[in-house]
Amino acid sequence: MQLRPLAICAIVFFTAGLAVASFANFREFIPGLLQGAWITVQITVGGCILAVVAALLAAVAKMYGPLPLRWLAVAYIEVFRGTSALVQLFWLFFVLPHFGINLEPMSVAIAALGLNVGAYGAEVVRGAISAVPRGQWEASVALNMPRILALRRIILPQAFVAMIPPWGNLFIELLKATALVSLITISDLAFKAQQMNQTTFRTVEIFSIVLVMYLAISIVITVGMRTLETVAARGMARGR
Amino acid sequence: MFWDWNYVWEIMPSLLRASLVTIEATFLGFLLALVLGLVMAILRMSRSQWISVPTAGLVEFIRSTPVLIQIFFIFFVFPEFGIVLPAMTAGVIALGLHYGAYCSEVYRAGLENVPRGQWEASTALNLSPYITFRDIIIPQAIPPVVPALGNYLVALFKETPLLSAIAVLELMQTAKILGSENFRYVEPITLVGVFFLVMSLVAAALIRQVERTLNQSLRNPGGGQ
Repeated sequence: MQLRPLAICAIVFFTAGLAVASFANFREFIPGLLQGAWITVQITVGGCILAVVAALLAAVAKMYGPLPLRWLAVAYIEVFRGTSALVQLFWLFFVLPHFGINLEPMSVAIAALGLNVGAYGAEVVRGAISAVPRGQWEASVALNMPRILALRRIILPQAFVAMIPPWGNLFIELLKATALVSLITISDLAFKAQQMNQTTFRTVEIFSIVLVMYLAISIVITVGMRTLETVAARGMARGR
Repeated sequence: MFWDWNYVWEIMPSLLRASLVTIEATFLGFLLALVLGLVMAILRMSRSQWISVPTAGLVEFIRSTPVLIQIFFIFFVFPEFGIVLPAMTAGVIALGLHYGAYCSEVYRAGLENVPRGQWEASTALNLSPYITFRDIIIPQAIPPVVPALGNYLVALFKETPLLSAIAVLELMQTAKILGSENFRYVEPITLVGVFFLVMSLVAAALIRQVERTLNQSLRNPGGGQ
């Protein structure tokens, strides 16, 4: 992207923002919204960790597991990719208590979002693993490595590098999906925004700040993943 | 007693009626997304940076903020500027805008894949840019990206339960109301999940079919079309 128009647009938006901010008093909303943003960040981080674990397990089970395990992995992936994140969230929140499983709303949020994104991630992991050249498997067999060890030491580290950019997209998807948890009574950023909107009616300011906050978090994720990508790729180049 | 079939048959008619609203929102939203996406893609590829850079910024902004907040924004903020929209309209516009941003990237990939020579040949034939776009570029750019667009149709379909947050009486909202009326959430919410699962699996199969047909007609252009 060309720098000059970008810089000029940024300056124009920034001045416009300042002008609006100077006669709309933003400051009173910031502390409450930051509290909500902190909850959003917690759910995002928890969900991301669960998603990565679930995706790795599901992908490995689908590719190398014994038959029943393979079916289980396929069922998990299809069910979580085939239904809405909101329906999954409500299902865990409203239906599980009927089976005697009572979870905190926070745990429900992390579980639902993590499992949802994990199902998409499983396909990413599968793609990355099958993109590792066959010769790597054959070399591991020649070196008399057990399959598990070959997967852990040889295949996954190489697949890892190819996985990073799609995982970046998935993490941003997860961040955006966290807005749903406001509907199961968690006071995240979206919830705080609605709450403040109902008490103050300063709709324009509140929702504008909220959009910018989400944008800021997703920029952090993008930059972080890009850094991770360069770091990981550097290791790869040396290894070859 | 975890599962009550009598209750299932009792709530089925209202759920089926509500699923029509879901499907209506999906198609209206996707229609809007297809149109907006094409507009955004063309603006983003504009030769003037004063058009392309702000459009790129807008697309990235829409793509990296949650669709739920965008729905709230259109439903709650627009009335402040005198634009009062019914919940359904606001929801459809928000979904269309969000997925339009995604679709614009798909279109862009399709448009950039059309060889430069096609543009040059059109210039040589003295075709106006509009005719070139309509008759030469678009017909070559769109068919390869139809499957990718289909994926976004399924994704949009799965986002429609969000409209329940602004009280559109679609499937999820109806299920929640039924659940709170009868104090039984197991059946309605499970049925909603099953409905979405079945519809997405069917849609995925259809997309695969379309993809196969397109691949065949792309491999032997002219023949069999």
